[in-house]
Amino acid sequence: MTDHLLEVRDLSICFHSRGRTVKAVNGVNWHLDRGETLAILGESGSGKSVSASAVMGIIDMPPGEIVSGSITFDGQDLLNLPPHKRQKINGRRIAMIFQDTLAALNPVYSIGRQISESMAVHGKSPSEARARAIELLERVGIAEPERRFHDYPHQFSGGQRQRVMIAAAIAMEPDVLIADEPTSALDVTVQAGILKLLKKLQAETGMSILIITHDLGVAAEVADRVVVMNQGEVVEQGGVSDVLNRPQHSYTKRLLAAVPGRHGYTRTETERGEILLEVENLSKHYGITKGFMKVATGRAIRALDEVSLTLAKGEVLGIVGESGSGKSTLVNTLLGLTSPTSGDVRFRGQSMLSENQREMRALRRQVQVVFQDPTASLNPRMSVARIISEPWAIHRDVLPRSQWRDRVAELLEQVGLPAACATRYPHQFSGGQRQRIAIARALALQPEVIICDEAVSALDVSIQAQVIELLKDLKRQHGLSYLFVAHDLPVVRDFADRTIVMQNGKIVESGRTEDVFERPQHIYTQNLLASRPEEEKLRSEVMEPAR
Amino acid sequence: MMLWRDKFAFSSALFLIIVTFAALFGPSVLPDSALNMNLMARNAPPFELERGWMYVLGSDNLGRSLLARLVIGARYTLMIAASAVLLALVAGTILGLISGYAGGRLGNVILRAADIVMSFPSLLLALIVLFVLSPQVSNVVLVLALSRMPIYLRTCRAEVLEIRERQFVNAARALGATHSRMVFLHILPNALPTLMTLATLEFAAVMLAESSLSFLGLGVQAPAVTWGLMVADGRGYLASAWWVSFWPGLAISLTAISANLMANWLRTAMDPAQRWRLEGDRKS
Amino acid sequence: MGYYFRQRTIHSAISLLGLVIIVFFLARLTGNPMDLLLPVDTPQAVRDEFSARHGFDQPLIVQFGSYLADLARLDMGNSLRDGQPALDHVLAAFPVTLMLSFWAMLVSLVIAIVTGSIAAWRPGGVFDRVASLISLAGASIPNFWIAIVGVLVFAVWFRVLPTSGTGTPWHWVLPVTVLFVRPCGVLTQVVRSAMIDALAAPYTKTARARGVTSRKIIFGHALRNAMLPVITVAGDQAAGMINGAVIAETVFGFPGIGKLLIESIMFRDFAVIQAAVMVTAIAIFVLNIGIDLFYAILDPRVRHG
Repeated sequence: MTDHLLEVRDLSICFHSRGRTVKAVNGVNWHLDRGETLAILGESGSGKSVSASAVMGIIDMPPGEIVSGSITFDGQDLLNLPPHKRQKINGRRIAMIFQDTLAALNPVYSIGRQISESMAVHGKSPSEARARAIELLERVGIAEPERRFHDYPHQFSGGQRQRVMIAAAIAMEPDVLIADEPTSALDVTVQAGILKLLKKLQAETGMSILIITHDLGVAAEVADRVVVMNQGEVVEQGGVSDVLNRPQHSYTKRLLAAVPGRHGYTRTETERGEILLEVENLSKHYGITKGFMKVATGRAIRALDEVSLTLAKGEVLGIVGESGSGKSTLVNTLLGLTSPTSGDVRFRGQSMLSENQREMRALRRQVQVVFQDPTASLNPRMSVARIISEPWAIHRDVLPRSQWRDRVAELLEQVGLPAACATRYPHQFSGGQRQRIAIARALALQPEVIICDEAVSALDVSIQAQVIELLKDLKRQHGLSYLFVAHDLPVVRDFADRTIVMQNGKIVESGRTEDVFERPQHIYTQNLLASRPEEEKLRSEVMEPAR
Repeated sequence: MMLWRDKFAFSSALFLIIVTFAALFGPSVLPDSALNMNLMARNAPPFELERGWMYVLGSDNLGRSLLARLVIGARYTLMIAASAVLLALVAGTILGLISGYAGGRLGNVILRAADIVMSFPSLLLALIVLFVLSPQVSNVVLVLALSRMPIYLRTCRAEVLEIRERQFVNAARALGATHSRMVFLHILPNALPTLMTLATLEFAAVMLAESSLSFLGLGVQAPAVTWGLMVADGRGYLASAWWVSFWPGLAISLTAISANLMANWLRTAMDPAQRWRLEGDRKS
Repeated sequence: MGYYFRQRTIHSAISLLGLVIIVFFLARLTGNPMDLLLPVDTPQAVRDEFSARHGFDQPLIVQFGSYLADLARLDMGNSLRDGQPALDHVLAAFPVTLMLSFWAMLVSLVIAIVTGSIAAWRPGGVFDRVASLISLAGASIPNFWIAIVGVLVFAVWFRVLPTSGTGTPWHWVLPVTVLFVRPCGVLTQVVRSAMIDALAAPYTKTARARGVTSRKIIFGHALRNAMLPVITVAGDQAAGMINGAVIAETVFGFPGIGKLLIESIMFRDFAVIQAAVMVTAIAIFVLNIGIDLFYAILDPRVRHG
């Protein structure tokens, strides 16, 4: 036998639901040695977190069923261990942290109590557990641990909550820490902090880390070895630089090719075209009110603070920012969903904020939108044909009803979907396909500008790449301009001609994408770029010319 | 067929269909038997077939066939419950749409008014109103509808508030859709399944409330027949003729249980759509 | 927390004021409030005198003002039947109904929490299916019918329980039964689904990953969270107890608010009806505020929100 710390052999797990059986993982093998970091990399539905859940024994059976295989930890067969012995391993020798920290922490107990609990169940006395919990909070970087000990999960930010989760997980100094997408819900700068913390704790305690992620950058940043999964099977595993630089399996190659930020910059013509969209000193303030009577306090949140930008014909303008940067407010204002406090938005020199409804409708036609979440942005009770033709139902003078059908078919084909899709409903499509439907709807009025509000953020990397390709094709065919809003730096880097960086409602930096990324001037931009996981290393080796 | 798989739901659907048929066609098939007194058959016990099938469930103190009276009673009982539910559903939904979509001061006033009605026990409210107004069928329906309306209003409002924040409504707004288009094409169709399930559930509750009123003598008055009234009629003869109040009570119970089972089934049957709706929250 | 409490009290006060207005105008909706307040065969002279004394000849707004002033002095008029203050009648009856509701609620909660939790442990299992059907039936069967069947079985056939009066604890058995069945059925369903949700929640998984024992997960984590929706529904059901109390007290001759109300309605004793409605409403508002506070204690998110 081998002497790996943790070893999963030939593991197959099914889920039974509604008379169907789905194979979640099929014959999976991997192992983890003492002190090393292993990343399990895969897209959604690849089964990447199933084997880790099996290690923790937290798969609900039924509906789950372990069909075959074994999990060995430190010489013990975990799958055949009696429950009371298993409980002694969970939390004490193997600990786990999760993605959705708000749901994963019990909302009705203070975080101090929850950290202490993970020690109390393994025999520490209450006073001992409490003292150590405060020490742990300090160690994971929570300020004022004594006071915050009594606070509840909802009183912490996402990044802080993940730190609390980590504190609870390392309380018993486990041999293995399993991290299931620990940073996916967090901003880049916060993610960088968490990853750094994990590395630091590993160096101090010598524990092994198993990190489950969809993000190549995260894997590259922290892992020693990587296991690539697709459709429930391990397609490739090995040292992280081997796999990421010299992928053997075709799936890994496809995945890596799809990862954004590795293709160099878009070639920008020096001459900018005609200016289509012009935003001038746009501000949006939200007054803070207090008390029962909603009395204004005089203070205001500046969601948008004197923002000015221009978008030229045929241009892709990237807008980058973390949550709370004001980019969503900007989009909503451009779409007329919120009215600004001051400033102006002009399309070909005509103000889009006028009171004249008829003029507005004509102008608004020129600026269409694709939202982030394709599941939420399509009405589930409308057929695809009705969704795509809705713009014509609203703007009656654009297209006579008799031509709707043909035009819907035409648009569907343009976005790469068969015309027969028209009669189906949104839930019958995958995420990527739904986003194509949303794009078709945006094209229906033949706009000149399309605002992409995090349009690819919810999609898996490979699907993301396909949708970006589609956007590029459409731009070429129709001479479109995009306002491409994203929190994901690599995507913007690949796609945008020019980039604007926003923070706290202000534009802190703008310029040609290459300049912003290679020679950032503002400290925040520098910080933001430095927070990106270590993709740069990889990119330099796989640089391709822009397509 | 999905319904067949769930035996409880299937039997309750079957039972509801039978009761509905009885309510619709019963009165025309046996127009007289329910009111014909037969002093020879006063308080006839059930399950004795010598007086004919009409008396299989026994008769009341005036010798009227209980089976016939149950069938006639089904019409009033179901009709009152159904009209009250329908009225409450329509009015509650409209007010809920206004309060949720328009919001503002009007929306708040509507909500507060609903709170007042809701914070007060429905039976008590009905008792007072029917004390002041006369207990005609139309007033009973009105009172029942009024006391249950806040539930639809609040549910509808909550749905509207949730749905109008969803991206597809924003997408329609960005396209310049009119308010009526957003309300009736985007918001209402997505709120309707929840409201329909609620209405099924409420049907049982309203029927029970009506029966309680009738039982207390403040609901529909004789010679109209409702099941609750029949139970009250038999109260005085409990020691000598238990069946007079037993059968109508059983009819109320079975109908209410069936309606509740149907509502539960509906909720599960609509689950896939609901689950898909929930998927939208994944990223946030 | 203080802010939250204040806001709830203000809302309750607004609701109560709304109720006062509704009752006032309902009494005048039928035309002449004297038709409600005086016996049908009152001579015209007495009517005139009464009218002048109570200011029914005054404009509506003045009447409303003096009505409010009377209310503020806790004067809700005298009973038609014996001339005693209406409020005294109500306050004498109130404790009986309160006790009845308290026991019914207690029994409901205990049965619901135990049954619902066991049912949620294996959803779809035999226990769950039986419990679900019974709780659904419990929530559907009309309580007056339970009262009648109860009398029939335990008083008429077996002669083991009394059917009216409040003398011994045995007298309380049937009324409490009539009152608890429906809330118990409803609460069992709520406990069950809340527990199923809580047991499937991510924080339960976290606790398992920490090595917490099943017993602690059920009682410490899941039940604690499942209690939140249960409290809300239990509050609604407790407020609705008066519905059942009207039935139970009428059938079993129990001298509570419910019986008082029905009798007053039969006698057209409007002053007592009005007093009973007001006292019930105040009790319910106090209950609601209590429930909200309890909820806030159990859920830190509400406390800080």
